[in-house]
Amino acid sequence: MAGTKQNGTGKLAANGQNGYKVIGTRPVRPDGVDKVTGRAVYAADVQMTGLLHGFVLRSPHAHANIRSIDTSKAEALPGVRAVVTAADLPVAEDKIEDLGEGAINLKYLSDNILAHEKALYHGHAVAAVAAVNPHIAQEAAELIEVDYEPLPPVMTVDDALADDAPILLDTLRTDSMGEIGTEKSNLASFFRHQRGDLDAGFADAHLVVDRTYRTETVHQGYIEPHAATALYSADGQIIIWTSTQGSFAVRGQVCEILQIPVSRLKVVPTEIGGGFGGKINVYVEPVAVLLSRKAGHEPVKVVMSRADVLAATGPTSGSNVRVKIGVDANGKISAALAELYYEAGAYPGSPVGAAANVSLAPYAIDNLQVDGYDIVVNRPRSAAYRAPGGTNVAFAVESVVDELAEKLGMDPAEFRVLNGAKENDRRPDGLQYARIGQIETVEAIRDSEHYQSSLEGKYRGRGIASGYWNNWGGQSSATAVLNPDGTVNLNEASTDIGGTRASIAMQLAEAMDIEYEQVKARVVDTDTVSYNDVTGGSRTTFATGLAAYNLGQQLVKEMKDRLADQWDVGAGDVSYEDGVFSAGGESLPFVEAAGLVQREEPLMASSTVHPQDFGPGFSTQCVDVEVDPETGKITILRYTIAQDVGKAIHPSYVEGQMQGGVAQGIGWAINEEYIYDDEGHLLNASLLDYRMPTALDLPMIETILVEVPHPAHPYGVRGVGEVNIVPPAGAIANAVYNATGVRMDKLPISPANLLEAMWAREAEPAELVPGDD
Amino acid sequence: MAKKMAVETTLNGEETVFLCEPRQTLLEALRDNLGLIGSKEGCGNGNCGACNVILDGVLVNSCLVLAPEIEGRSVVTIEGIAEDGELHPLQQKFLEHASLQCGICTPGFIVSAKSLLDDNPEPSEHDVRLWLAGNLCRCTGYDKIVRAVLDVAESDA
Repeated sequence: MAGTKQNGTGKLAANGQNGYKVIGTRPVRPDGVDKVTGRAVYAADVQMTGLLHGFVLRSPHAHANIRSIDTSKAEALPGVRAVVTAADLPVAEDKIEDLGEGAINLKYLSDNILAHEKALYHGHAVAAVAAVNPHIAQEAAELIEVDYEPLPPVMTVDDALADDAPILLDTLRTDSMGEIGTEKSNLASFFRHQRGDLDAGFADAHLVVDRTYRTETVHQGYIEPHAATALYSADGQIIIWTSTQGSFAVRGQVCEILQIPVSRLKVVPTEIGGGFGGKINVYVEPVAVLLSRKAGHEPVKVVMSRADVLAATGPTSGSNVRVKIGVDANGKISAALAELYYEAGAYPGSPVGAAANVSLAPYAIDNLQVDGYDIVVNRPRSAAYRAPGGTNVAFAVESVVDELAEKLGMDPAEFRVLNGAKENDRRPDGLQYARIGQIETVEAIRDSEHYQSSLEGKYRGRGIASGYWNNWGGQSSATAVLNPDGTVNLNEASTDIGGTRASIAMQLAEAMDIEYEQVKARVVDTDTVSYNDVTGGSRTTFATGLAAYNLGQQLVKEMKDRLADQWDVGAGDVSYEDGVFSAGGESLPFVEAAGLVQREEPLMASSTVHPQDFGPGFSTQCVDVEVDPETGKITILRYTIAQDVGKAIHPSYVEGQMQGGVAQGIGWAINEEYIYDDEGHLLNASLLDYRMPTALDLPMIETILVEVPHPAHPYGVRGVGEVNIVPPAGAIANAVYNATGVRMDKLPISPANLLEAMWAREAEPAELVPGDD
Repeated sequence: MAKKMAVETTLNGEETVFLCEPRQTLLEALRDNLGLIGSKEGCGNGNCGACNVILDGVLVNSCLVLAPEIEGRSVVTIEGIAEDGELHPLQQKFLEHASLQCGICTPGFIVSAKSLLDDNPEPSEHDVRLWLAGNLCRCTGYDKIVRAVLDVAESDA
C-alpha cells in the first residue's frame, strides 16, 4: 500500500513507523558536530609538512591549436618547484574504458586534464605550476608562454551541425546505432528508440501539439571548488586526498591517465562540499600527482578558483528538443515523438541517452519514437548533473502535455492520471516497470491543499509537471566490526554528501535491532574496503544501505551461532528479539553478548553487493508564480513537491533532497545560464553573474513523501536524490503561461527572455493568442 | 617573496599575533597561517558567504578583507561560536533540523545567523531570508536552514 505524509513542519518525529524502531526517525548525523563547528576537513583543508601549492594555466581561447609552450621563465622564478604540461602525461590510447561513470575514451579523458595539441574551450587547462605558496604559483603560471593559433569556435548544436562547421576532434566519426561513419563530424552519436506505429498514431490523433525548445548550459554549482592534494612518494606509492563522489572512480581515472597500476594509488576521500554529479570526473587530481613527482616527491595541493570551476568543470548540456504528442478525443496519448540534440561540450558524452529514457517515461504510450544526438561544441566537457539530461527534456514534454490538456479542456493532473505509466508499462527504451508510483505522485498533488486552494490575482499562475529518474544500483562494499562494548564500526566507501552516513547506519541498526547511536559510521579510503561505485545515481542509501543490512544479518547470525556453542544448544535454537538473545533458560542482552561471543575470536563481517533491480523514482510538483509585467521577474509564491521515495529511512534528509532538487530546478528554470560572447569566451564565470537562488528567492518548499515501497529492497528504499530536479522547469513554464498567456520555448525564463516573449505576444493578432481559442 | 608583517588582533576572544604577507586575505591568513579551516572559500569575491566572520561586531566576507586590516580589531570565526565546550543553539538546531547536507556552507550560515540574532533577536521569516541572502547553499533549498534560525529565535524569546 502506498502511504503519504505531509512534512516540512520542522517537527521532529519521535519514532519510526510500520514497526520499525530506527527507520523513519530523524537522528543527528554522525558527522554533524564537526560540520557545525568548522572542524570537518574538506579537500582544500588538507595540510601537511612541506606542502606545495599548484596553479593551473588555462586557455584564453575557445578553440585553438597549441603550437608551442615555453615554460622556462616560470621555472626560473624563485619558489617554483615544478611545471608540467601535456608532455608530462603518458601518451593516451584511443580506447574506451568504463571507469565507474559509464564508458569513456581515454584519449579524451587525458586531453581534458591538460590540452595536448588543441585547446577546446575557454578555460581548458594547458599547464600547471607547483610553488611554495599559491601566489608564486600563479605568478609563475602567468610567465608561461603559449603560442596559440585561434580557430573559429563552435558553440551550439546548430553551429556544430552546419555543413561547413569547423571540426573539433579530427578522429571523431559518428556512431549511428553502432555503424561508424567515414567523415569527420561534430556529431558523436545518434540513436533511436522506437515502438508501435508512429504514423498511424499521429493519423488517428484528434489533436497534435508539435513544439521545439532550447535550454542553456548550466552548472551544478556546488559551493566547494574542486581541490586535491597528491603525494608521489620516492618509492612510487601515491596518495591523493580529494573531494569526490567516488574515491574508486578517481583511482580508476587517475591510474588510466597516468598508466600506473591501482595498487600504487590510494585515494582518501575528504568531506565533500557538494557534487550533484560534477565531482565524478577528475580534473586537478592527475595534475597534482604529476607536480608532486616532478617537485621531488613533495606533496602538492591544487585548489580551483570559482572562475575555473565554472569555466572548466561540470557543466550540463544545453540542448535543442523537439516534442510532438498526439491525443485522441478522450485525451489518451496516441503517439509521441521526441528529438533530443544535446551539447556534449568538448568531448563526446552528453547525457542524451539518459534524457531519452526520462523523456516520455511518466506516460503509457504505445506508439513512440525518441531520437538522440550527442554533439561536441567548444564548451567544457559536460558532466553529470542530478538526473543528467532529465530537466531539459521534461521542460519540453511537460510544456506540450500542459498545452494538450488545456486544449482538451482537461485538468492537467487528470490528464496525467489518465495517461500515467504504471506497473508493466514500458520506458521509451523498452524497459518494463515493476511497481512504480507515478500516478500516486500526481494524485498526491491533485489532492493537496495547495492544488485545491484558489490562486487569485493578475499575473499569477499555477503550473504542475511530472518527472522520472531511473535511479541506479551499482556496486558497494562495506565491513562491520563488532566492538566488545556492543557498538559496531561501519566502514563504507560511499562518500557522504547529504547525510548518508546516517541513512546507512540506520539500516544496520534496524537490521541488528540496536540503537542508531551504537553504530559508528565512517567513510574509508580505497585501500580499506573493496570496490565501491560513486555516490550518484541516487544509489547510496539503496545499495550501500543493502550492504549494511547484509552486515547486520551476518553479525546477528554469527552471534547466535557462537552463543549456541556457549550454551550448548542447537544452532537454530537461539532466538533474538527486542535486543535480547535467548535459548532454553539462557538469555543475554545484545551489549553483553557482544563481549561474550568475542572472548575466543573477534567478530567482523563484510558485504559486497551489486543489485540490478533498483526502483525508479517519480515526482509531480505544483508551483504558484507571480510575474512582474514591468521587469519580467518571476516570484515563486508557493511550491509543493510530491515524490515516490519508496521508504524514507531518515525523513528529514529525504525532504532535504526533495527541497534541494527543487531549488536547483528553480534556478535552472528562471536564472541560470552560461553566457558566451561571439568568440566563445565565457562572460559570467562568477557567482555574482552566474546567479543561483538565494534564501530570499525561494519560499518554504512543501514536501509530500509518497511511499510506494520498492519490492526488491528489504526496507523498500528507492533512490531519492535526483528525480526532484526533473519537473521544476516544466512546472514553472506552465505556471508562467497561466500567469501571462505566454508559453516559453526556452530556458531560462529570465526577466529578459520573458519580457521579450510577453512583448512578442502583445504584438500578435488577437485570434492567435493561446488560451483564447 | 613578499616580506611578512606581524598583526596583533583579538581572535575568538584571545589576544593573537601572527605573520602574514600584506597581499593575503583574512580568509587565507585564518586558514593557512592560523590553521582555522572552518571558514571556507567558495567564490573568493564575496558572493557566497562561506567565509563569513564577524569583525568588530559586523558581518564581513573574510575573502574581501586583507589580513593586515584586522590589526587591533576583534574577529569571531566559526571556531569561536561554541562557548565553554557547548554547542551554540544555532549549531544544535542546525543538527536537529538537518539544515546541512554537504556542510561546506554551514559555518558561514551559522556565523551569519548569529550576527542576525545578535542584531535582531526576533526576526520574521522574511528578515531571516533577507539577511541570509548573502550566503549560498546549493543543497538544501534553504527551507531547513531558515526553520532552524527561526526555531532558535523562538526558543530564546
